[in-house]
Amino acid sequence: MNKKKINVWDLLFQNKVVFIFLVLCVAATIASKQPLTFVIPELFTRIARNSFIVLSLIIPVIAGMGLNFGIVIGAMAAQIAIFLTTYWGLTGISGFAATALLTTPIAAFFGFLVGRLFNYMKGNEMIGGLVLGYFADGLYQLLFLFIFGGVIKMNNTTLMIPTGVGVKNTIDLKDTVKYALDTVPMLSIVEVAFYLLLIILACSTAVKLVKKQEVNWKSVIGTAVAAAAVYGLTFIKPVERFLSADRLLLLSAVELGCLATALWQGWGLVRWKIQSSKGEEGQGEPFPVEKAIAYLILAAAVYGLTYVPVLYKVLIAVRLPVMTYLCIGALCCFNNILMKTRLGQNMRTVGQSRTVANAAGIDVDKTRIIAMIFSTVLAGWGQLIFLQNVGTVSTYGAHTQVGQFAIAALLVGGASVQKATNKQALLGIVLFHTLFIVSPLAGKELFGDAVIGEYFRVFVSYGVIAMSLAMHAWKKAEKPKKEEAGSGAGTEAA
Amino acid sequence: MDKANETYVLKMDSIAKEYYGNRVLKGVNLHIHPGEIHALMGENGAGKSTLMNILFGMPVIHTTGGYEGTIQVGGETVKIDTPLKAMELGIGMVHQEFMLIPGFSVTENIKVGREISNPNLVSRIFGRSMESLDFKAMRRDARKALKTIGLQIEEYVKVAGLPVGYMQFIEIARELDKTGIRILVFDEPTAVLTESEADRLLEAMRVISSQGIAIIFITHRLDEVMAVADSMTILRDGEFVARKEIKDTNVVEIAELMIGRKMEKLVDDTTQDGRTIRDDEPAVSLRNYKVNMPGEQVKGIDLDIRKGEIFGIGGLAGQGKLGIPNGIMGLYPTEGQVKIHGQELNLGRLGDALDHKVAFVSEDRRGVGLLLDESIEQNIIFSAMQTNKKFLKKIGWMNLYDSGAAKKHAEEMVETLDIRCTGIRQPVGSLSGGNQQKVCLARALTLEPDILFVSEPTRGIDIGAKKLVLEYLTKLNRELGMTVIIVSSELMELRSVADRIGIVSDGTLACILKPDDSDADFGLAMSGAWKGGKKDA
Repeated sequence: MNKKKINVWDLLFQNKVVFIFLVLCVAATIASKQPLTFVIPELFTRIARNSFIVLSLIIPVIAGMGLNFGIVIGAMAAQIAIFLTTYWGLTGISGFAATALLTTPIAAFFGFLVGRLFNYMKGNEMIGGLVLGYFADGLYQLLFLFIFGGVIKMNNTTLMIPTGVGVKNTIDLKDTVKYALDTVPMLSIVEVAFYLLLIILACSTAVKLVKKQEVNWKSVIGTAVAAAAVYGLTFIKPVERFLSADRLLLLSAVELGCLATALWQGWGLVRWKIQSSKGEEGQGEPFPVEKAIAYLILAAAVYGLTYVPVLYKVLIAVRLPVMTYLCIGALCCFNNILMKTRLGQNMRTVGQSRTVANAAGIDVDKTRIIAMIFSTVLAGWGQLIFLQNVGTVSTYGAHTQVGQFAIAALLVGGASVQKATNKQALLGIVLFHTLFIVSPLAGKELFGDAVIGEYFRVFVSYGVIAMSLAMHAWKKAEKPKKEEAGSGAGTEAA
Repeated sequence: MDKANETYVLKMDSIAKEYYGNRVLKGVNLHIHPGEIHALMGENGAGKSTLMNILFGMPVIHTTGGYEGTIQVGGETVKIDTPLKAMELGIGMVHQEFMLIPGFSVTENIKVGREISNPNLVSRIFGRSMESLDFKAMRRDARKALKTIGLQIEEYVKVAGLPVGYMQFIEIARELDKTGIRILVFDEPTAVLTESEADRLLEAMRVISSQGIAIIFITHRLDEVMAVADSMTILRDGEFVARKEIKDTNVVEIAELMIGRKMEKLVDDTTQDGRTIRDDEPAVSLRNYKVNMPGEQVKGIDLDIRKGEIFGIGGLAGQGKLGIPNGIMGLYPTEGQVKIHGQELNLGRLGDALDHKVAFVSEDRRGVGLLLDESIEQNIIFSAMQTNKKFLKKIGWMNLYDSGAAKKHAEEMVETLDIRCTGIRQPVGSLSGGNQQKVCLARALTLEPDILFVSEPTRGIDIGAKKLVLEYLTKLNRELGMTVIIVSSELMELRSVADRIGIVSDGTLACILKPDDSDADFGLAMSGAWKGGKKDA
């Protein structure tokens, strides 16, 4: 009994940042007197906009480079690309894809440079990145204010300042790539995914054949047939009609999620039956019945909740941009899968101890540069997702606070300078942006002045960073006291 | 084991190495048979680490001009210029400081940098680094390596929180897991282990060597060498002394070989000794004295240092001799009783020792001892200004810096100690090691202490300066009656100036020796053969 109590306290203490913000969010939402049908849809829009860029911060944390304030530079790369594609008049999803494609080499190059620089200031990457962001902003302004139009002749009256030198304050994306990604119909997604899968299957089989490796024909054909079956489903009329929309009702998403859980557990049972009947592995592990039942009950409960009127109202008010959320999901998967590769393991090793990594023959500097390139490119794409959703680019301002806001969100989710996960990033976005939405309104309700809430909003984002860093330092300072001094294997300072 | 055939797995011949004109290795030979445990012995600074650095192709060797001599591994002459090359040749090392990652599991630590991975589509395009890891195979290998050395531990637990002894074994498992390992170097593996852990380690070493892997065992502990090694090489001052089979030798002979050198007096003893030193007048008295200084732990010492004597504290690095003065000055957490001239010291208060007229010249000259960017003058007077309120003049309610007095004093000091400089305004960072040491000394003397602790007074300074510093310390003792305690790794200098020498081993006082006691006595005391026993003052 007593022991359990302590555990709860420990849990609260370890996650104090998250809990403080959870309480703040709930309190501010209540104080703002806004209905959930306003707050939640707004929140989902912001999750779609911002998640990608926050998730791009995770790799450098794992590689031991702390919170990457250098993502601002990735955002700049994205804005350079989006300016150019707008100038060239590319539109729609193809325009967006072209922009993303153009962003990649620019951001990769910038990431390489940042990585090189960070290798000269190991241990001080965060302050370095912050200052570098300001420095890069200067170069960015030089490019947009003078070089575009001044050096490179550009004739476009809507984009350029009337003198012809320098880019206007805002770039309107309404007729080009606004909502380009958000409005990709589900039908096209399924179609493209199907063909992509076929190509990948063909390629990997071909490679294996050429290299004379064993090919598991059964699984290849099985996968192809399953994919074809799913694709075939889309030709059924009601399914086709459902999929032809570009946004997914949150209600449908929840229902689909529950269904998928049930199917997954059922498939697990079937697979277990097949395996045990074949008598593979000899051990015959028992089927995790309790786990499966727990999942099913959970799914049923969630489904049941959708019938609660308040929630139902919220659920039908939110329409998710499918492609954007898929991109976010894909990035989460990418972060996880990367960590299971040789490169990911190297990054983790470098992040934990550069000395050990060096002794183990890992090229520390190269690994760090690769981590930086990944992060910068992902941040660039993230900024593109953000911009296509917002619809306008504030040429000289859109990138300036990207770093602070993304990092604050990540920290609110309970991440630290040394550890960050997908879950923390997503949780952080939810909490941080809830506060962002409701705090001006709460300020208005409580003090009769929206400015106070606005002020609070800005205060929060910087306050969070400072507080998290301080708490981190505090935790770190306490450690040596608890442990016996002397057995410091991987000290940071070098 | 084919000893009769004289096949060597490793043959290093007439290896020589120079660091900036300073010859640290002078033609050393190291010959090792397959499957034998070969002890490499010598005092600190004998050249063991340099030899091992050469064997591992460490960058520190090759950025300072490489080495001379030949290395043969398995009969073939090789040129080892990178650690990777050494690894490929099957040379592994168990580090003294653990190269383990606490946040990783045992498997991940064993396989670090050598993960097993399977190709996938992405890796075919982007290269090997994108291959996915095969955790199953990695775990299998880790289990195998752990089984070889008989460590009962689950391979998936995190290393953080494991006992120190386990970490050592995981390091060994990692080296064993490397394919084709032929030579394994153990760098003072038992230094951090408890007695029973050390026994298990020695047992594991026997198991490993029985599989045909040669072991180079670097240690200071003679009993362990006698227990486990087959043969040994002794180095002294970078010179090759002897290669011996263990069965042909004994502890006393080894100790003599390690220490033995022509006694040359570093100090001309011309000043006559008019001191009267009495046993019942202790200047410093320690009872159950413990200091928690990382890497130099003192684990309970009882010691009386008599008023007016020069007392030497010797011992090998890491045994705790440096902890003694650092603890008294309050730089590290300290327990027990310390009396200065009969008055008990408040160990919790930093600076209490200074108030009892105890001064300290730190071994960490550049880190603790000096303000490198400040002038000689500032460095000499600033301690005295802080503790004794000297060099200050009172104007009204303000204490102002008395630059006139400070300048005068600093110039005096520069003259008496013969500090070679362009003037007292020169920043001490730009002085040579010897002159920096003199500045440290000058500052300690400005405090006008009764008791002076000098830690490693001659580290990193040339022979001329060495002599001058030691002579000056003797002069202070003889003329001013100052009690001087010298802590040093260099036995020779202790034996040339000290009246008595306490040897510290494993955090305790092994014994107190006279300067003219035999080499074997010193060797045995330092190697931990007399742990906590045998006092003959």
